Amino acid sequence: MNAPETVKSLAAKLAAGEASAVELAQDYLAKIRAANPAINAYVETNEDATLAEARAADALRAEGRAGPLTGVPLAHKDIFCQTGWHARCGSKMLESFAAPYDAGLIERSRAAGLVTLGRTNMDEFAMGSTNESSFYGAVRNPWNTGHVPGGSSGGSAAAIAAGLAPAASGTDTGGSIRQPAAFCGISGIKPTYGIVSRWGMIAYASSLDQGGPMARTAEDCALLLNTFAGFDERDSTSLQRPAEDYTRALAQPLAGLRIGLPKEFFGDGMADDVRAAVDAALATFRSLGAVTVDVSLPRAGMSVPAYYVIAPAEASSNLSRYDGVRYGYRAPEYGNLDDMYVKTRAQGFGAEVKRRILIGAYVLSHGYYDAYYLQAQKVRRLIAQDYEAAFAQCDLIMGPTTPNTAYRIGQNDEDPMAMYLGDIYTTSVNLAGLPGMSIPAGFGAGGLPVGLQIVGRWFDEARMLGAAHQFQQTTDWHLRIPG
Amino acid sequence: MSRANWEVVIGLETHAQLNTASKIFSGASTAFGAEPNVQASPVDLALPGVLPVMNRAAVERAIRFGLAIGATVAPRSVFARKNYFYPDLPKGYQISQFELPVVQGGTLTIRVGEGEKAYEKVVRLTRAHLEEDAGKSLHEDFHGMSGIDLNRAGTPLLEIVSEPDMSSSAEAVAYARALHALVRWVDICDGNMQEGSFRCDANVSVRRPGEPLGTRREIKNLNSFRFLQQAIDYEIQWQIEQIEDGHKIQQATVLFDPDTGETRMMRSKEDAHDYRYFPDPDLPPLVIAAEWMDEVRRAMPELPGALAARLQNDYGLSAYDAAGLTASRETARYFTDALAIAGAAQAKPLANWIMGELAARLNREERDLADSPVSPAQLAGLVARIADNTISNSIAKKVFDALWNGEGADADAIIEAQGLKQVTDASAIEPIIDEVLAANPKSVEEYRAGKEKAFNALVGQVMKASKGKASPAQVNELLKKKLGG
Repeated sequence: MNAPETVKSLAAKLAAGEASAVELAQDYLAKIRAANPAINAYVETNEDATLAEARAADALRAEGRAGPLTGVPLAHKDIFCQTGWHARCGSKMLESFAAPYDAGLIERSRAAGLVTLGRTNMDEFAMGSTNESSFYGAVRNPWNTGHVPGGSSGGSAAAIAAGLAPAASGTDTGGSIRQPAAFCGISGIKPTYGIVSRWGMIAYASSLDQGGPMARTAEDCALLLNTFAGFDERDSTSLQRPAEDYTRALAQPLAGLRIGLPKEFFGDGMADDVRAAVDAALATFRSLGAVTVDVSLPRAGMSVPAYYVIAPAEASSNLSRYDGVRYGYRAPEYGNLDDMYVKTRAQGFGAEVKRRILIGAYVLSHGYYDAYYLQAQKVRRLIAQDYEAAFAQCDLIMGPTTPNTAYRIGQNDEDPMAMYLGDIYTTSVNLAGLPGMSIPAGFGAGGLPVGLQIVGRWFDEARMLGAAHQFQQTTDWHLRIPG
Repeated sequence: MSRANWEVVIGLETHAQLNTASKIFSGASTAFGAEPNVQASPVDLALPGVLPVMNRAAVERAIRFGLAIGATVAPRSVFARKNYFYPDLPKGYQISQFELPVVQGGTLTIRVGEGEKAYEKVVRLTRAHLEEDAGKSLHEDFHGMSGIDLNRAGTPLLEIVSEPDMSSSAEAVAYARALHALVRWVDICDGNMQEGSFRCDANVSVRRPGEPLGTRREIKNLNSFRFLQQAIDYEIQWQIEQIEDGHKIQQATVLFDPDTGETRMMRSKEDAHDYRYFPDPDLPPLVIAAEWMDEVRRAMPELPGALAARLQNDYGLSAYDAAGLTASRETARYFTDALAIAGAAQAKPLANWIMGELAARLNREERDLADSPVSPAQLAGLVARIADNTISNSIAKKVFDALWNGEGADADAIIEAQGLKQVTDASAIEPIIDEVLAANPKSVEEYRAGKEKAFNALVGQVMKASKGKASPAQVNELLKKKLGG
């Protein structure tokens, strides 16, 4: 069995003239045509547009103006506005919407010469951990199509795992890059909040949303983060920092690296198969020279409740613009103005989105604001302080990305709380604005992948990617492909 | 029923549209009067994924206002989302400031009334905050539908909130006028009330003296001083009648109908929105560094209050004159420009001319001072010729008319060309007097019989015969001598 292609291997082929961007694109488009119907990872392909981008990339190379990734194909999550494509965000509400502008991440992707293979499926408005809330149908986990790929960037993760893209963009508000990466056995990094522009990235919860790369390997994630990251004056929360090379620590040995293991991430609630895989991964890190130290994040247990107050609060406001007035879905029949709003939003949004809008409007309403929203913001600061204290004792924090492997499709239909609790290890990272990633750490029961989460200090992506890369030099979980 | 037994309490909320070239959170133009929706960028349309970016020029104007009213300009203030659904509110929320506004406190001194009854009052301001305007809903021209124009959506506003310090419609109007003059003085708002650049909401309540504050009703969107006055007067009367009839005032928002002169209910307190304010996560707190404050402070013009005090101290002008000359920055500039040419001694005559003849003429012809046909230099030249007795005051009015009509480049040219120079030579005036005396023997007789009126009639005849050019003082003197002799 050949090793699957990576961003790095494809870039090398292009640079060596062993393949053209058009050939690579055609190859992937053929695979998508054949395999996508079974897993529903892509919601939109446009072969003409893809091949036009590929030809442009080849032309650049012919002119000697190719960058390191020019001509490499990738997929974009359907949350990024992109001229020439729809941006439906998994929702009926935006079925007809196509943006007249590129998101910041898309601009950077285009400028690097990356070729768009298509738009990947996602939970509606990025709300969900299973990809079942997409109006465009659930995505299937390539490792077992009876299971979910995770969410909300489930289409991106499934496309990569199924070999339908070497890499993809994703977004992560409470774990939406890391959790599907874990469920699908790939790598993905959510950068420090403010590193990747949110311009043109359809908002779910503005103070938590962050775009980032998903790929097979940590090295690919580093290469793509070099492309995606950078200041954008159109996003007031974008950080103005000197450009950095996220691949700079890939070769760094792990001797002396201090890995913090929060006791709260290793308690009850973690499935045995996940624990076994994570423990084995940590043993590998120790064998590479790293040391593990016990740390504590005493308030981490409050992260899911705090997250499910703050994120819905922001979402309830962010999604108010979908009112049927200017664009998107409008109910075909209605009485007065209020009736138009009610019917449009009742018909245009799915159950999970409505649930979160209601929660959000409730926690912001008069008389409840202090008890919920303000309290959650206080918890948020305490969680960030917990991480700061923990990072005084260690360089990176590791643990499971999720307490379980991928759910069965339909498993959480009647119990959204069970799904929310699956975010227990990931949400605190968003609340603190820290960078977090997930890398494949083995397989659990039923051959479903297990993810290892790595959390770093603010702006410490290079160190995280370096540690992950060193791990991937001695393991091959990330190279396994579904049989 | 009498208003004498009632105290009135009024507070104003004023929306001043800031005169920035582009919108508060997008690069779209704020120019008025364009075709619908051509000045609406993706940000103003609230397309998915777009984000607001603070317009520095709007913040700078808020700082200027804060400095002008002696307020605290907050070093850190916060933008919040005010959530409600309306078709001309594209995002479903308005970005405003709630708990931490950019301008906090401050005062505005107003002059109320005229003549001897005029008095000054200091009105306290609560706050002023930055926010975006909504678009416009157009209900005419569409059958069974409403049109939405989002050109105005995202236009920067400064909402200026007063304490309930006003106790009559006259005080409320004086406050609104003073505020209107000030925002134009510091050049943050064009003050165009017809286009909605400056509009007031009035909170009105009444109580019997010594009682706690009454329940207030808010009159929305008053876009002229006259409507402000009418609406408040109507509202006061209505509230007093209600209470005297045994009813309780319910908190409500009302609209003023200029056609009927009445206010009518828009929504009661029960219908009030829960706006679910929370800090806007798309905008970091607005931080105003001390250096920026200093920079803005250095560029501030002299404020009307300071200038008025200086006019009184340095030029001996009355408080009335000083207030009149500083009523607008254009008037003040006109005065100081003319004064620079005419000299300090001419301050009072210039003040009289500017607030008298010039103001009346501009008013009559509905022109602004900015396009006055008579320039400050021309007026200074005219006043100088009165001062040196080249012309009398009555001839000066003729010269002013000639300047207004563009009959000459300056007063001297007109005096010369039209032969209006005052005659002070006795040998030229005496023959005229002799003629007048000879032609009016009856008046001469009456004067000698002790009728003072007859003397004035003779003076008038001489002035008329000299075509106004004779010096009135000299005519008096010579005439007395001749009649006495």
